[in-house]
Amino acid sequence: MPRRAHVQSTLNGEEIDFLCEPRQSLLEVLRDELGLTGTKEGCNNGNCGACSVLLNGRVVNSCCVLGVEAEGADVVTIEGVADGEHLHPLQQCFLEEAALQCGVCTPGFIVAAKALLDNEPAPDEGRVRHWLAGNLCRCTGYDKIVRAVLKASETEEVSA
Amino acid sequence: MKEIDYLAPSSLDEAYRALQNGKTSAFLAGGTDIIVQLREGRKQVDQLIDVKHIPELTSCSWTADGGLAIGASVPFAEIYEDAEIVSRLPCLIDCATLVGGIQIQSRACFGGNIGNSGPAADTVPALIALGATLTLGSAGGTRDVPLEDFFTGPGQNVLGPGELIITVNVPPQPANSGSFFHRFIPRNEMDIAVVNVGARIDLDAGGERIEGARISVGAVAPTPLYVAAAGEALVGEAPTAEAFARAADIAADAATPITDMRGSVAQRVHLTRVLTTRALDRALERAREA
Repeated sequence: MPRRAHVQSTLNGEEIDFLCEPRQSLLEVLRDELGLTGTKEGCNNGNCGACSVLLNGRVVNSCCVLGVEAEGADVVTIEGVADGEHLHPLQQCFLEEAALQCGVCTPGFIVAAKALLDNEPAPDEGRVRHWLAGNLCRCTGYDKIVRAVLKASETEEVSA
Repeated sequence: MKEIDYLAPSSLDEAYRALQNGKTSAFLAGGTDIIVQLREGRKQVDQLIDVKHIPELTSCSWTADGGLAIGASVPFAEIYEDAEIVSRLPCLIDCATLVGGIQIQSRACFGGNIGNSGPAADTVPALIALGATLTLGSAGGTRDVPLEDFFTGPGQNVLGPGELIITVNVPPQPANSGSFFHRFIPRNEMDIAVVNVGARIDLDAGGERIEGARISVGAVAPTPLYVAAAGEALVGEAPTAEAFARAADIAADAATPITDMRGSVAQRVHLTRVLTTRALDRALERAREA
């Protein structure tokens, strides 16, 4: 039995603790140990952004973070974006703009876009496209995604 | 990934002790290279030493003489969100804003990019142009190494087994000096450089003669190159297109690239000339604004 480390963090606003092997990525811990499968594995090497989560407020690829690095950290995943049954404006606008096809990249796009809107509620299109350069969509739905993010930025909830 | 130990020392002394415990080690800062290398079996070590809890590696400070000491593990996002660094060392921002996407910039750092020692490392030509040095530390003390003397081959450097990079030191820049970094990739974002170039120009007080210049080129040799002769050829010259073209020819002559999926030898030599000329143009603009 490999040695497992005890890690305490805040996950989607709740204090949690978990056991993981040092070699496990945060992505593996989220999906395999904590059952939060909203975060997706795409490339598993830091290129595609499907596994994007917020780590202490910054968007990171959770495949390139070790679970043990989450000690004392604040982690937000796609499961923490909605407020109960009330969708975040980004989620609502992704639905309204049909900004997804297969949906595997969607959690990563929404978490990454949330990191942008949390700090810059009124980005222009160029800024949105630049910010999302680290998120890949193999269904080539970028235009709708960008429009959904811009639309979310104009909602009262984000712009207020 | 095979089983691995994880240590998170909170001081340099604790890190040096960890390096001497008989196990093979790698450092973990942003993790954007090392975690992937371990997972894909390209590297194997017994333990990862997370350096992000060592105060000396996690902050930036301006020195009394106007230089900047950058903690080796400070992520790029913290660099380009610092208004004083943006205004005083725009060349650092040139490279910090184009390494990977936002997710990478949240974690990746100068120390990691340098320690990984890739021939195409995007921060290195910028830092060499600025005249940066590294402070390396071990149980035996510290030593400073000019960045251009750090690399010995692809993925290889002068770091000893018990040693780590503490800070990347950007010296104070001369009064009428400007620097610029850029790269060529086949798309707008998110790729590895086909060629990348950093250039610095120091003008005299009247802005009519070049007093000093530094040119560095990446992805065209086993290590990033500091082409001292290209900079020296500009000393005493007026900053003209002809002078820049001569310096760019010297840089292109120094390039010994390979052909790979990103570009051919001929394209890389051509790009070295073009990117060097343009980097000098932009460095000159910044020197005149300084």
